[in-house]
Amino acid sequence: MILDKKHAMQQKLFRQFAETEFTKELQEELDTTGAFNWDIHNKMAKYGFMGVKIPTEYGGAGGDYLSYVIMDEELARQNLVLSIYANTSNSLGGGPLLLAGSEEQKKEYLPPVAKGEKILVFGLTEPGAGSDAGGTTTTAIPTADGEGFVINGRKCFISGAPMADWIIIFAKTDLKQKGSRGISMFIVDMHLPGVSLGADEKKMGIKGYPTSDVVFEDVVVGKECLIGPLNKGFQYAMKTLDGGRLGVAAMSVGVAQCALDEAVKYAKERKQFGRRIADFQGISFMIAEMAADVEAARQMTYHAAILKDANDPEAGVACSKAKFFAAEAANRCAYKAVQIHGGYGYIQEYKVERLYRDARILSIFEGTTQIQQLVIANSLLK
Amino acid sequence: MKIMVTVKQVPDTSGKVAVNEDGTLNRASMQTIINPDDLNAVEEALTLKDEYGCKVVAFTMGPMQAEPMLRELLAMGVDETVLISARQFGGSDTYATSQIIAAAIDTYGIDDDDIIIAGRQAIDGDTAQVGPQIAEKLHLPQVTYAGEVKKEGNTLTIKRMLEDGYMTVKVDTPCMITCIKELNEPRYMNFRGTIECWEKPLTIMDYDALKDHELIDATTIGLKGSPTNIYKSFAPPVKEPGMMLEGSGKETTDKLAHILTGKHII
Amino acid sequence: MAYNSADIAAFKNVWVFCEQRQGKMMPTTFELISEGRKLADELGVELCGILLGDDVDGIAAELGGYGADRVYVYNSPLLKNYTTDAYTKVIVDAVEEFKPEIMIYGASHIGRDLAPRCAARLHTGLCADCTHLDVDLNGYIEFLRTGSNVDVDNTNFETKMFDVNTNLKMTRPAFGGHLMATIVCPRFRPAMATVRPGVMKRRPFDEEGVKKVEIVHPDFELTEADIKTEVVEVVKAAKKLVDLIGAEYIVSVGRGIAKDVDGGIALAEELAEVLGGVVGASRAVVDAGWMTADHQVGQTGKTVHPKVYIALGISGAIQHKAGMQESEYIIAINKDENAPMFEIANYGIVGDLFKVVPLLIQSIKDAKAEA
Repeated sequence: MILDKKHAMQQKLFRQFAETEFTKELQEELDTTGAFNWDIHNKMAKYGFMGVKIPTEYGGAGGDYLSYVIMDEELARQNLVLSIYANTSNSLGGGPLLLAGSEEQKKEYLPPVAKGEKILVFGLTEPGAGSDAGGTTTTAIPTADGEGFVINGRKCFISGAPMADWIIIFAKTDLKQKGSRGISMFIVDMHLPGVSLGADEKKMGIKGYPTSDVVFEDVVVGKECLIGPLNKGFQYAMKTLDGGRLGVAAMSVGVAQCALDEAVKYAKERKQFGRRIADFQGISFMIAEMAADVEAARQMTYHAAILKDANDPEAGVACSKAKFFAAEAANRCAYKAVQIHGGYGYIQEYKVERLYRDARILSIFEGTTQIQQLVIANSLLK
Repeated sequence: MKIMVTVKQVPDTSGKVAVNEDGTLNRASMQTIINPDDLNAVEEALTLKDEYGCKVVAFTMGPMQAEPMLRELLAMGVDETVLISARQFGGSDTYATSQIIAAAIDTYGIDDDDIIIAGRQAIDGDTAQVGPQIAEKLHLPQVTYAGEVKKEGNTLTIKRMLEDGYMTVKVDTPCMITCIKELNEPRYMNFRGTIECWEKPLTIMDYDALKDHELIDATTIGLKGSPTNIYKSFAPPVKEPGMMLEGSGKETTDKLAHILTGKHII
Repeated sequence: MAYNSADIAAFKNVWVFCEQRQGKMMPTTFELISEGRKLADELGVELCGILLGDDVDGIAAELGGYGADRVYVYNSPLLKNYTTDAYTKVIVDAVEEFKPEIMIYGASHIGRDLAPRCAARLHTGLCADCTHLDVDLNGYIEFLRTGSNVDVDNTNFETKMFDVNTNLKMTRPAFGGHLMATIVCPRFRPAMATVRPGVMKRRPFDEEGVKKVEIVHPDFELTEADIKTEVVEVVKAAKKLVDLIGAEYIVSVGRGIAKDVDGGIALAEELAEVLGGVVGASRAVVDAGWMTADHQVGQTGKTVHPKVYIALGISGAIQHKAGMQESEYIIAINKDENAPMFEIANYGIVGDLFKVVPLLIQSIKDAKAEA
């Protein structure tokens, strides 16, 4: 796809930024300490990255889905976890408010999120409700005076929870309804009494963006914290995940491209049997496969973004297809990049070692590969 | 108050540079970039804008293909851009170039509290001449090699860097500053700027727009009006291959040391 | 008659702008006087220095020792510190009065501020940062024979545009050193050039010249109203800067020291000490903040031509080579056998500098002890 002038300029911006700012030292620090880096967060915020896809009337930049995937791809091409830094507010964080929030709610919460002054995260998954989000057991019971709700429950694997100011959660508000019905969406201040964090998870990859459980014990929120209609919140979770899947697809393209970049560089440098290993067909064919994977994933992702921008009814399935293909492609590419590096790919001195660990999350979060396959199949077979 | 910045689009000489058989540069094969020192000039202008809320106008002379560069400057926060472009201006050396840019700046208008900022030099020519020569043609004071700029009222206090130290110089506006890369850290485009830059003003000043200015004269612009001409251009010589010493152990370093002492090199 | 820079026949003699700072002559001035002598001899004219300052007569005569026939000295408290306005005015007035045909300046931060301003006011051409100057065509052809890829025996050097035998041919690198260009200024005088410090060779000092040189104090006008900038203070860098330009031996370090920056620099310093030389650096090293900018060799740093240049872990980007390829002997040590530095090195060793350099230091000590 040939980008228009505007998107080409945005691509240049994100690429320049990531190539310059995502230094080797920063990336190593994130991977070693696992701690959130506020400096780089603030720098991205300064250049408007947190509000790329948030409309200008809510403090964002008013970019489109194509801008958003270009950002996620270019940032992930240098470092996946830093792509997530800029992604959250544009996707799972800001998404539900844009979908279902009242004008008041949007005006209150979106501007500070778009500017990166506040961090808003998304809490859907529970210990017993992963892909089957209908199994939600967190409850929000109306208070006696009818002015608010009392929330109880536990959300897990919440990316960004330790830094978050607010969390969007889904909770059962009508205990009599079954499955995904009777669920409502809330925005909860993380500093309220009764909100607590679990321990930081020790993850395989994407270290540097802490993830933990969030526990709610008799947390009282006002009714103004309800987003969208009562008992009908679940559909927004699913719609938000559509957009989120697109972001993960774009990150996957970035990771796959990074794997290819590293593999090509190494294959030209490394000499064995008196020749550079790039001259061996076993290596060069792997590189050809990677290049084709990267390009296919990119085209599917950009295509899905364009469908989203056009409000096309096929956009949702296109996002699933892109996420399914790109996430798997990223893992194939990371595998091959490590393989091409041989022993050096298995040690931390080389970037592909981390890439291999980071890539693994792509086919898991925001709907596993198998869930994407279900969505795709259902669209054909229903 | 406004800040006028002069910028140049240059071939990126940091990568591979292709030279034609006849010793000229194969420009078509090269990427173009904003001249790095000019980005420091833009940054200084935007820093002043952040502080004083003044307008920043960027001027460049070149072909119409310079437009994308100007859009990038607008995306960084520059308010207006002027592209000075005409066939008659082509082939200008530094003297003729500064004549034309000075005419463009003067035509745009210089107020008493204005500042003109240029980069130290462009990486294609490395001459550092156009900034001072624009200042001369506009009869403005200049401070080159600015490493620090402070503004108080209409007086600038500038740390002018020297090879062996610096001098502190005071100058009143309007004036010309050329800046070095240590002056600041240029910002990136702003994401919102990438959306808004397409609507911001980009004025073309062609020959007709400038031809009545006193500095514009057939004898002082373009190839014909340039005092200097290129007599020959060529690639530097390729040296004969040297001697690669086998191994990297003590025998090898001994051998090298003996060659050097034997030839009385050391 | 009004001054006319296009009246070529009215101009004669070669001039050198003699830069002084705080009453001390800048070393580059002696290089320029030496080079100016060559040009004046080729034209059969006089070589004059023009020296501006406050009470600087005492440093004028030394210029005769490098070949100046005459020095025009302009003393004034207003010329004590360099200002663009004062220096430009005095030089422009002097040029209009005496009409030199060639004028060269050092390409220092002062020369590069002053020369363009003078050239613009005098309506003449200026070539920046020259590395080679010729009047004599045969000399130019001989320079190209060894200093370029030009097939000089099959090249036409004549042109109808100007007299190739009398016009100054100013050669300079362009495009980061990828190209060389020879520039002429055929229609206006003086032909002006700034010359890179360290490029021209100083002539042997001649005591006789000091006695012969004529010191002249022309009348001139300069008032405070001519100067629009105010020099508040002049500060010399506290740290003694490394003198790369005058060094016979330079040991430079590049990105190859990354894994142990302090250790790498220490090794380079030790090797430099054994040789009696100084330590230089590539741009990457300076940009990374590992060494200060005064160590930098290359297109954006200094141009050096020491007797021996040892490149440790420097890949040899063209920008770096532009600053050191004229060194008499180049020795490269790099673990990447494909490093471009090896292409211009007289001697190369492929290996880890952290292992090779300690051995080399020992070998040199041994060899020196034997010799």
